[in-house]
Amino acid sequence: MGAWQSYRMRLRRKRAKVRAFRKHFSMRSVVDRTDRIRPGDVLLFSTMRDEHVRLPYFLRYYRDLGISHFLIVDNDSTDGGADYLAQQDDVSLWSTKASYKRARFGIDWLNWLQSKYGHGHWTLVVDPDEFFVYPFCDTRPIRALTDWLDTSQVKSFGAMLLDMYPKGRIDVVPYRAGQNPLEIAAWFDPGNYMIEKNKKFGNLWIQGGPRARVFFPDNPKKAPALNKTPLIKWHRRYAYESSTHMVLPRGLNLTYDEWGGEKASGILLHAKFLDTFTAKAAEELTRRQHYSASVEYKAYAEIVQHNPELWCKWSEKYINWRQLEILGLMSKGNWA
Amino acid sequence: MSVGIIMLVHTAFGRAEQVARHWAASGCPLVIHVDKAVPRKTYNAFVKALSDIEDVRFAPRHRCEWGTWGLVAATQGAAEIMLREFQTVRHVYLASGSCLPLRPVQELIDYLAVRPNTDFIESATTADVPWTIGGLDQERFTLRFPFSWRNHRYLFDKYVALQRLVGFKRHIPNGIVPHMGSQWWCLTRQTLSAILDDPYRRVYDRYFSKVWIPDESYFQTLARQYSRQIESRSLTLSKFDYQGKPHIFYDDHLQLLRRSDCFLARKIWPFADRLYEAFLTDPAGAMKRTEPNPGKIDRIFAKAVERRTRGRPGLYMQSRFPVETRENGLTCAPYSVFQGFSDLFENFEPWLARMTGMRVHGHLFAPERAEFSDGQTVMNGALSDSAALRDYNPRAFLASLIWNTRGERQCFQFGPRDMIEDIEWYIAKDPNAQVSVISGAWAVPLFKSNGNFADIRREAALLQQVESQHLKVLRSSWIKARVRIWTMAEFIEAPMEPLQTIIDEIGQQNLRGLAEVPRMSDLTGFGQFLQNLKNQGMHPYLMGDFPVEQGTHSPQQDARKPYLVR
Repeated sequence: MGAWQSYRMRLRRKRAKVRAFRKHFSMRSVVDRTDRIRPGDVLLFSTMRDEHVRLPYFLRYYRDLGISHFLIVDNDSTDGGADYLAQQDDVSLWSTKASYKRARFGIDWLNWLQSKYGHGHWTLVVDPDEFFVYPFCDTRPIRALTDWLDTSQVKSFGAMLLDMYPKGRIDVVPYRAGQNPLEIAAWFDPGNYMIEKNKKFGNLWIQGGPRARVFFPDNPKKAPALNKTPLIKWHRRYAYESSTHMVLPRGLNLTYDEWGGEKASGILLHAKFLDTFTAKAAEELTRRQHYSASVEYKAYAEIVQHNPELWCKWSEKYINWRQLEILGLMSKGNWA
Repeated sequence: MSVGIIMLVHTAFGRAEQVARHWAASGCPLVIHVDKAVPRKTYNAFVKALSDIEDVRFAPRHRCEWGTWGLVAATQGAAEIMLREFQTVRHVYLASGSCLPLRPVQELIDYLAVRPNTDFIESATTADVPWTIGGLDQERFTLRFPFSWRNHRYLFDKYVALQRLVGFKRHIPNGIVPHMGSQWWCLTRQTLSAILDDPYRRVYDRYFSKVWIPDESYFQTLARQYSRQIESRSLTLSKFDYQGKPHIFYDDHLQLLRRSDCFLARKIWPFADRLYEAFLTDPAGAMKRTEPNPGKIDRIFAKAVERRTRGRPGLYMQSRFPVETRENGLTCAPYSVFQGFSDLFENFEPWLARMTGMRVHGHLFAPERAEFSDGQTVMNGALSDSAALRDYNPRAFLASLIWNTRGERQCFQFGPRDMIEDIEWYIAKDPNAQVSVISGAWAVPLFKSNGNFADIRREAALLQQVESQHLKVLRSSWIKARVRIWTMAEFIEAPMEPLQTIIDEIGQQNLRGLAEVPRMSDLTGFGQFLQNLKNQGMHPYLMGDFPVEQGTHSPQQDARKPYLVR
């Protein structure tokens, strides 16, 4: 990688920082409890819109992992979710009515908040339907992981998105607030993922899973990316470039080993396909606020009308992280 | 007579205090060294917290960066205080703030009391140890290392390279033989005082202060000079990863640590409440003696290193994506590729499945879809039969299939009609692939088909071209697969012999030989068919020589019965 390339990457990163600065004016602080953040705390950053029903379990899950503070951007919710968040002691809330798409799917907002509050902390960036799983997460809090990464002098931790879905039509079982969504969406595709290396940014580009299998069997190129780097020891100069799929500087994308070994990695269980999904997909079609003119949602809406079953004979039922590690979806690396 | 503890602390002072109290409660005097990098305020608070314990001293502070002389200097200072102030101490145990006693302190005291002259220090010559990091074993004693490996890696490497270039070599003083080993030792007063009061100590100190990672070699080397009896092992359990960093113990290691035969463990995560509770606060019950089984701990951590450095062969995933040649196996298990067999034999696939118990697929790389066995549209791992998905990344498709079906040997048909271009090299370079080819057998379906001869001719020309390209690949010098190629003419001379060879190699326990044989297509008129192609100006050569006259080649006489190979 030549000096010219490096310089262009630097410009890209600067541009992301400038965007973050510009877009932050559209955010209004609702509740600011950031003075409660202590050194060494692991912070969670998220944007959300109309996710009230998911919030109680989401917060409980991450509190149990040991997240100390939640920094959340509410994008114009109308379902009372913002009020709910504002009442939580460990949540700082911002709200914005600006376009999600123009903020590069929320990344500009979060880049701003991360550089302001996340500097020197381990930061976890997840959506409300993503549940972070890492090796030993049933016995060790997230602080154990970040401490170990610190002593290993590793600054970023990869976690692939794993789409979870229910058995049967996805709109049959209603999701109730506070319930573990993985009770309903308990199934996943264990072994149909395709990986390419993105030479420019150094990250892996992973596609596959039920969305490629059911929604894009004829056009795999359009299938959504599943690689993510959600956990980073943040520095104010860092910037996510495209969702949490890519981050700059590029070294942070190297969460994989190229010499035959396995680095430690986690999984983001993606409990998107619940009964709430059908309504969301319909709404996104008119809002057109999602990636690539919501092409994904168009495909969903079309197929969901006919046969919204993602389950197949070879789907695997989720048990725990050890199962994912044995299947080769994540790895303990040299953490033991 | 008692045991004195030297404790090196740089972080997690709450835990260090807890452990210090534990030692003191059993009557062990302590000398504590706190890293100079620790702020004065923290240090003072720590000293104050321990002020109620009588037999605690604090050593002069040094800066203790990993792999530097400071660690040795700190230990020397603390040891001098220990020997001077606590005259009854017979053994001195070097521990860190993140060490945790695994067995009651009294057991340690008793253990050492019956071995009054034994020094427990891991100490081996550099030639005999595998754990040197960075490729520096003997050289760490003959080069100079003024730059930090952690913070100035570039300068470190360059300076080493420079010294190698000019052939610089340090003189090792007094002809001592450098030894290395774990930095956590337990030495007798005699040995330790001999090291500290050595008339040549200044010489040794000056020498070792420029050695790389002196804390792993200073005492280890010098103890050899004076010890009456060295037991070359550490009483502290500590495991190292592939970069030489200690593995950390967490709550879920509790049962494992109970089975250790060591007295201390390092290093413990400061927030591992259950471990501290189990081994420190509960006097009687917690340190329940279980049959020691240190091998289990070894295995777990050895496996972790193996996983990090070599990984699982044939697995491509988010944190293992090897560059070419570093895969350590392109796929995870052996599989078989058959080319031309299902063209020549009418019931080849079911026959093979019956004979071998393998999973026999059709043409996995057929243009329309992946023909999984039994007509399934989705295979193990939820692998789709969509041709577009497969062709999007054929390597991932094949590697996933083999990975997903671990434990069951896979086998599939392959041929010039398939989308072979993107996958043929991958298979050819895979040592797990067993490739068997009957060249030219693609002509049989054409021969049987009811198409216009002009179309057949065009098709035959195309297939022959593709297959001859493919055979070139299979005959290249880069090949790693087990490849066998027969021309069709050659094969039908004695078909059972090659079939038996292939199946023997697959390794099914079929000692009696093949009980049943596949049914070969009726080839009456095939020679004429080839001649017709030739007459049309297309020269079919991959199938070998077939005489035009029917019956001279094939022993088959009765045309009405299907032909059985025997």
